[in-house]
Amino acid sequence: MSEYIEHDKNGVSVGLVEKKFFTFAEPPDSLILESNARLGPITIAYETLGTLDADKNNVILILHALSGDSHVAGYYSEKDQKPGWWDIMVGPGKGIDTDKYFVICSNIIGSCMGSTGPSSINPASGNPYGFDFPVVTIGDMVKAQKALLDHLGIEKILSVIGGSIGGMQVLEWAVRYPDMVVSAIPLATTTRHSALAIAFNEVARQAIMADPNWDKGKYYGRAKPNLGLALARMIGHVTYLSDEAMRRKFGRRLQNKIDFSFNFDADFQVESYLRYQGQKFVDRFDANSFLYITKASDYFDLRRQHGGGSEAEAFARAKAKFLVISFTSDWLYPTYQSKAMVKAMKKNNLDVSFCEIEAEWGHDAFLLPNERLSALIKGFLERNFAEGRKK
Amino acid sequence: MTVKSQITQADTQTVELKRFDLQVIASWIKPGSRVLDLGCGGGDLLFYLKQNKEVTGTGIEKRESKVALCIAKGLSVLQGDINDEVLDYQEDTFDYVILSQTLQQVYYPERLVNSLLAIGKKVIVSFPNFSHWSIRMQVLLTGLAPKNEQLPYEWYNTPNIRVITLKDFRKFTRDQGCTVLKEVAINTHHHDTKGHIVRFLPDWRATYGIFLIGKGNTT
Repeated sequence: MSEYIEHDKNGVSVGLVEKKFFTFAEPPDSLILESNARLGPITIAYETLGTLDADKNNVILILHALSGDSHVAGYYSEKDQKPGWWDIMVGPGKGIDTDKYFVICSNIIGSCMGSTGPSSINPASGNPYGFDFPVVTIGDMVKAQKALLDHLGIEKILSVIGGSIGGMQVLEWAVRYPDMVVSAIPLATTTRHSALAIAFNEVARQAIMADPNWDKGKYYGRAKPNLGLALARMIGHVTYLSDEAMRRKFGRRLQNKIDFSFNFDADFQVESYLRYQGQKFVDRFDANSFLYITKASDYFDLRRQHGGGSEAEAFARAKAKFLVISFTSDWLYPTYQSKAMVKAMKKNNLDVSFCEIEAEWGHDAFLLPNERLSALIKGFLERNFAEGRKK
Repeated sequence: MTVKSQITQADTQTVELKRFDLQVIASWIKPGSRVLDLGCGGGDLLFYLKQNKEVTGTGIEKRESKVALCIAKGLSVLQGDINDEVLDYQEDTFDYVILSQTLQQVYYPERLVNSLLAIGKKVIVSFPNFSHWSIRMQVLLTGLAPKNEQLPYEWYNTPNIRVITLKDFRKFTRDQGCTVLKEVAINTHHHDTKGHIVRFLPDWRATYGIFLIGKGNTT
C-alpha cells in the first residue's frame, strides 16, 4: 500500500494516541510457527482508540498491510506532521466511529514498526535476527494478534477490518477463530495470490537481495541495501496504481523540463514519482521486513491451509457476517478473486454483502478518501452493533 | 465538524412501502422468514420486511450505487447478475425468493425460475401483463408494437424482451410442474402508491400480475 496520509480536511481527529507494547511467548513458552520453528519472546506494538464498553461488545480490530503499522489514526504529539495511515476512515463520526467503537490496531510480527521482526535483537545472539528470523505466515501473525486480544481480555470482536495483506489477516481471523469474530470486512484482498502477484513480489525481493549491501540480511549497523529496497518499493508502487490512475496522475508529462534530457535522468513525472517514493521508503522501512512480509503474503492460501484445496471448504468453519469489497481498477487483487470468496461464503450459508466500488486508483483505492467506502463500512458496522445489542 | 450519518438504523423504526405491488408482496411474507430479493434496487422492500416483519433478507443488485445504498442502510446485499448469483446457494436456503418486475427482462426465464424454485421454498414473481385490453387494441388497430405507461419503450430499445401474459404464466407453471399458490392481478403502474386488485376479467384489465408459486408437491 502507498502512503496518502494527510490531515483530515474537516479537521476531525481522534486526537492523541499512544503506541503500546505487549510481550509474550517468553521461552520456553515460545510460539510454534507454521514452519515448526519457534519464536519467543514476541513483542507486539499496538494502539487503541475510543472506549471499551462495559459489556466489551464494541471492539474493532484493524489490520494493516505491507508497509503499515499500529498507528492507524490520530497523532502521537501535537507537532506531528501527519496522522496515522487510515485517519480518513477512523475517528469521531467517521466510517469507523471512535465515539462508538473501541478500535485496536496491532503491528504484525515480521514488521519493523515496533513488533518483533528481523531487525529485532535475537536473544540467543544479542544481535539483530537478520535472516535468522524464522519465516512467519499470515496465520502466525494472526496467532500473535490473538495473544494480544487475550491479554486485553477481549473475547468477541464486533468487526475485523483490513485491506490487502490486512485483508488476508481478516480472512484468517474469521476462519481460525470463528467464535470470536462477529463480522469481517476484507477489502481489496484475496484468499491467495495469483502468479502475477507472486511474480511482482519476487522481482521486488530480488531487487533487495541483489543489492551488495544486503549481504544475506546481515547489514544491521552497516550501510543498508537502500538501492534494492527503493527499487522494490518502486515496483510495488506500479502494482498499487492502474493504467487510468497513472494516465491521470502523470500522463507523459515531463518533470521540470520542456524537452527530453537525452540522458537517463528522470525525464517523465512518473519516473520522478517512483524514485521519490523509493527513496522516501528506505528511511522508514527495513529491507528484511519487506522480504519476510511479502513472502508471508505469497504463502497465504486459505484454500490450502483451511480447505484442503477448496475455497468453499475453507470457509466452512467461519461464522462471521462478511462485507467483501473490491475496486474496479485493482488489477493486483482483481474483483474475480473477491467474487470467488463471496461464492464460497454463500455456499456455506454465510451472511455476506459484496460491492465492487467504481474507483480508478487501482489497488490503493482502499486507502483514499471515498465517501461510498465510508458509508458502506459505517452502515455494515451499525447493523452488526445493533444486532449484537438486541441479543 | 463531525459528519453524521444520514441513514439511521434505529431498531424500533417503522417504515412504509410506497409501491402498491410491493405492498401486496410484503403482505404475503410470513414474519421471521428468510427472503432473497432479486434486483432489489435501493432495498425498499427488504428494509420494510426487516423492520416490520423481522425478516432475514438478502438482496442481489447489479448497480454499484444501489448496492452501496442498501449496505449503508444495514441490509445484506450482493452486487452481481441475478442469473449467476442464484446458482451458489444450497437447496431451500430461502423461504421466499422474490423476482419483482424482472421476469420480462430475463434471457432464460425457464432456467431462472427453476433455479429460484431450487434455492427457495416459495417464489414470488411479478411482471407486466401483455394481454391488457389497451395493448390488445393497439396491436389490433394500429398494427404497431404496443406502448403504454407500463411498457414505454420502442421495440428496438426495450429491455422487456419477453412478452408474457397472465395466462401465459399460468400455463408456464403447469408446464414446469409447479403450483400457483396465490395470484393477484393489479391495475396500477408499479411505481404508484395506490392501486387496486382486479377481480373481474383480470386477463383483460390487469396491468400487472403477481404470483406466489411453489414446487410441484406444495399445497
